[in-house]
Amino acid sequence: MKKIKIQSSNILLLITVVLFICMYTAGCVVYANKGFTHLQTFLNILINNAGLICVACGTTMVMLSGGIDISVGSVVAMDCMFLAVGMEEWKMNSITLMILVLLIGLVFGLFQGFCIAYLDIQPFIVTMAGLFFARGMTAVICKDQVSIVSDKLFTALSNTKLTIPFGGYVNKKGAMIMPFLRVSVIVAIICVIVTYLILKYTKFGRSIYAVGGNQQSASLMGLNVKKTRLLTHVVASFLASIGGICYCLNTMCGTTTQATGLEMDAISSAVIGGTLLTGGVGNVLGTFVGVLINGTISSLVKSNGKLISSWANIITAILLCFFIVLQAIFAKIKERSKL
Amino acid sequence: MNKIKNITKMQLFLPIFSMILVMCINVIYDIANGNAALNFFYITIKNGVLFGRLIDVLNRGSEVAILAIGMTLVVSSSAGTDISVGSVMSLYGGMCCMVLAGYGVTNVSEYKQPLIVGILAGLLLACVCGLFNGFLIAYMNIQPMVATLILWSAGRAIGLLLCNSNIVYVRVESFQKIGGYVGFLPTPILVAAICVAVASIVLRFTALGTYIQSVGINKKASRISGFNSAVIILLTYVICGLFAGLAGMVATSRIYSADTNNIGLNMEMDAILAVALGGNSLGGGKFNLAGSIIGAYTIQAITTTLYALGVSSAQAPVFKAIVVIMIVVIQSAPFKDFLKKFTAKKSTKEVAA
Amino acid sequence: MSFPGVKALEDVDFTLKKGEIRALMGENGAGKSTLIKCLTGVNKFQAGEIYLDGIEGPIVNKDTMDAQHKGISTVYQEVNLCPNLSVAENLFIGREPMTKIGTVNRKEMNRRAAELMSNLELDVDVTKNLEEYSLALQQMIAIARAVDMDSKVLILDEPTSSLDDHEVEKLFNMMRNLKSQGVGIIFVTHFLEQVYAVCDGITVLRNGMLVGEYEIEDLPRVKLVAAMMGKDFDDLSAIKKEGDDQVSDELFIEAKGCSHAGTIKPFDLDIHKGEVIGLTGLLGSGRSELARVIYGADKNQTGTLKVDGKEAHINQPLDAMKLGMGLLPDDRKAEGIIGDLSVRENIILALQAKAGPLNKIPYKKQCEIADQFIELLQIKTASRETLIKQLSGGNQQKVILARWLATNPDFLVLDEPTRGIDIGTKTEIQKLVVKLAEEGKSIIFISSEIEEMLRTCNRMAVLRDGQKVGEISGNEMTQEGIMKAIAGGGSDE
Repeated sequence: MKKIKIQSSNILLLITVVLFICMYTAGCVVYANKGFTHLQTFLNILINNAGLICVACGTTMVMLSGGIDISVGSVVAMDCMFLAVGMEEWKMNSITLMILVLLIGLVFGLFQGFCIAYLDIQPFIVTMAGLFFARGMTAVICKDQVSIVSDKLFTALSNTKLTIPFGGYVNKKGAMIMPFLRVSVIVAIICVIVTYLILKYTKFGRSIYAVGGNQQSASLMGLNVKKTRLLTHVVASFLASIGGICYCLNTMCGTTTQATGLEMDAISSAVIGGTLLTGGVGNVLGTFVGVLINGTISSLVKSNGKLISSWANIITAILLCFFIVLQAIFAKIKERSKL
Repeated sequence: MNKIKNITKMQLFLPIFSMILVMCINVIYDIANGNAALNFFYITIKNGVLFGRLIDVLNRGSEVAILAIGMTLVVSSSAGTDISVGSVMSLYGGMCCMVLAGYGVTNVSEYKQPLIVGILAGLLLACVCGLFNGFLIAYMNIQPMVATLILWSAGRAIGLLLCNSNIVYVRVESFQKIGGYVGFLPTPILVAAICVAVASIVLRFTALGTYIQSVGINKKASRISGFNSAVIILLTYVICGLFAGLAGMVATSRIYSADTNNIGLNMEMDAILAVALGGNSLGGGKFNLAGSIIGAYTIQAITTTLYALGVSSAQAPVFKAIVVIMIVVIQSAPFKDFLKKFTAKKSTKEVAA
Repeated sequence: MSFPGVKALEDVDFTLKKGEIRALMGENGAGKSTLIKCLTGVNKFQAGEIYLDGIEGPIVNKDTMDAQHKGISTVYQEVNLCPNLSVAENLFIGREPMTKIGTVNRKEMNRRAAELMSNLELDVDVTKNLEEYSLALQQMIAIARAVDMDSKVLILDEPTSSLDDHEVEKLFNMMRNLKSQGVGIIFVTHFLEQVYAVCDGITVLRNGMLVGEYEIEDLPRVKLVAAMMGKDFDDLSAIKKEGDDQVSDELFIEAKGCSHAGTIKPFDLDIHKGEVIGLTGLLGSGRSELARVIYGADKNQTGTLKVDGKEAHINQPLDAMKLGMGLLPDDRKAEGIIGDLSVRENIILALQAKAGPLNKIPYKKQCEIADQFIELLQIKTASRETLIKQLSGGNQQKVILARWLATNPDFLVLDEPTRGIDIGTKTEIQKLVVKLAEEGKSIIFISSEIEEMLRTCNRMAVLRDGQKVGEISGNEMTQEGIMKAIAGGGSDE
């Protein structure tokens, strides 16, 4: 009993890492002929999910404090649309636009955080309203799909390949193809590192864990619980906006339906990565692995070719369900062992 | 002053007030556009069926009204909302059409199975979804919204799977009838009326209402008094699933196809909004079914009005989100305290003056 | 430090010297927690003042944080730390040592935490998560946190409730250690043994009033129990008839070796038909818990339970109700009333639960039942449709009593049915209990007022520290006899 108690917080992360390795190895064995063994396949997972990684960092932070934020996917869509319309129709400078997008994220988070922390409304209801608001706003900004073509800086950022000097392979024509990364991946990785450091080494980060662990204790120990909760929502929306920019760099367009269900991917990544839904336990590195698992699932489904793409969603949901139930069981065991 | 207070304290004040407000906006809009002032209320018979904006609201609002019944019970018993109802609706569509058309077939003009088999299969699946949600919530102690999040995201994907990623069309008259007309009356209105009637009768002639409310208000005390709270919460989620299935039945028949990506889209939002607008606390406990139903039609009236004002269906959520936030802010305890303090200050000032 | 005349309490003086461990004793509702809340700034008090060594004039605490800054810290029964953080973080959160660039200096924090732990002779790895340590150690870490914040006064609110003997001893060593450093400690507990093991003085409260401040040598065990329970008889005439005529020989409940882990150790108990059996003991002795096991509110984990001669398997309260049982819980607000429902709905609740969801009691019948009990128990309510939360405590209690009487039970558990109720209603309820017994119903009666139990009970079972330690009947049933039994061995006289 004691052993389980000690490891319960880490065991989820451990399962996740093992799961990822198994999945990826299985992919390498089964789909070796489809290039699954190439380094680039792995890097593509990172490139495709750069936006998600940023978003998931924010979601993790909110979940650590014991809350939840389901508005982030729509915020990403709203940002993309804003960027696209801003560049193509309003002919605005892309740097100004990006700063504006980040500001919008801050304000959005501030409002949600205020409702949740100071008005004591359930986070789920508030962020659900946020979800619909942001999604509707995409349509208010523009009803059609807008592709970004004209802005030079933005297209340059999007097209930049950061070549990696090893791990290349020779293609059918005999040319050496070197693996590469995109700018968005760098941004995403910086987000992960910064969030990790904030959570681990700042007063704010530690109070997030304290609030998530036991809100009442945290306030008795003299922490400002309301402020902490407000700030986590601000940071989460801010990170969602950064994610929005990364996402836009990948898709180079704004549509009303893009990034649907991204919040779900972010939440499931965090949960799969060992973040407790009740808060207080987990870290962004786990979430990062969670995102990789999600990415691997979709590339496996894609590599198969015969399976319908919705299988990826279903498998993710099953995994999420499995981990949620696992958490519930651990919580029950813990409660029993206390008696 | 006191009279006004008494009126605002009435249970159905909020939903009826907002309903009247929406109607007023319609009247003003019509006048501004040079239409007859009461255009909104005109009901005529065209091509042998009822026609008019009011009928349109009643017709289109059927799904939300049906969903609101289940949602009300769920909110009452567990103080949480079921956000999977929209997905369950689409899942019903997928299952029903798949059974009627056969797997992998995208377009039929003849049933493979009798209609009733398809409907029952769909409803059964919807109930299973409710059972799944209920089990996670009642027996695994997972927060309702997190537990229903799983089906919220997976529901549509499973629906797509059932339809082999296609939109399955069932072009049979009897199938379309559920979403069409019976005589001169739109069938969805009839279905919604039957659902509401059955729910009210069941709540009236069994003690289920007392059971659900007691569990929602005080779980511990209910247990001591002999209620099995887990079973009751599970039951409310199954009922919610069943009603989501029925709403799915109407929505699917309306477009006689299983458009898994679009059936019931954003419907969970409308249903929750209906419950809140009906004067029910989202914190659980006492519920008022009539309020939720009026709330549901109010939502539809808002939507219809928005469309009439030239707002597209994709933009409409913005306004609904604002309404939700306003309602929950007004319901929140800190806001009420603030108001109390504010009015108290004002009255002391008046006394001083 | 002293403060006379707190209003929620009445005119209570409390003094604590430097380097003294003083026990604060009293039954439920005696005013212990109110006193503590006043000291720590949770509650505001209308009259009286607090003086603290080193601070001039009376001090005013705005909140717990403020009190802590002035040197008054509290450690509660439920450890108020974050189990998911490391020991060091729990010790320093909110006041972490910082590096030059404004980040938390974990190295320094861990070093200081380790130093603190070794000063208090605790063997703890400060980098491990708090939840990996036993409750006792968590408790001591919470104390260490308080001590490190320069506390002059340390309030320990039932710190030993969930600790075993060995752990308690460890805690005591720590308390003695702190005492020698000049910290004044207020120790709230229900365990008599512990008071005599570690305290220098005792302050006893009862019904919000000060009974007295004593030095430990001056107050032997039995006298302490007497002081807590109150010896003064009020002039109500005895209700109970002499003799046990109505008690039949038939057994209604036979419990053998029943228990629930963590709350009550295995016990045997027989209850006859028409008998009122009192469960007595101090709060936390297991008196409520024993009854809850019989009723199935806490599941019976060992032994067998026979009801009316047949073996019964009670998994949940509904099973017990079907066997004709009922339980009036002691926590009226948390487990009794359904606040947002009307008086009528609250009264028919148990009857409805027994009938099942499909057999709704017709509205007319509900009204009849409600009216009948409102009249019978003289419940003061505007109408039967008034929400129960709008009633006074005594009337709420009557409604819940009505809920059970409506099911016409053979066996009722009444857990503190008269707490917080005026004298008149108290007597009514006591009379009712005797009347029910005369009708052949069996009753478990739990109360912290011995005198009330003497009047109603035929027999009493005594509990101490989660264990049934004996039964008293006949001539032994006197105030002194019962107090001696509660106080237990090692009588100081």
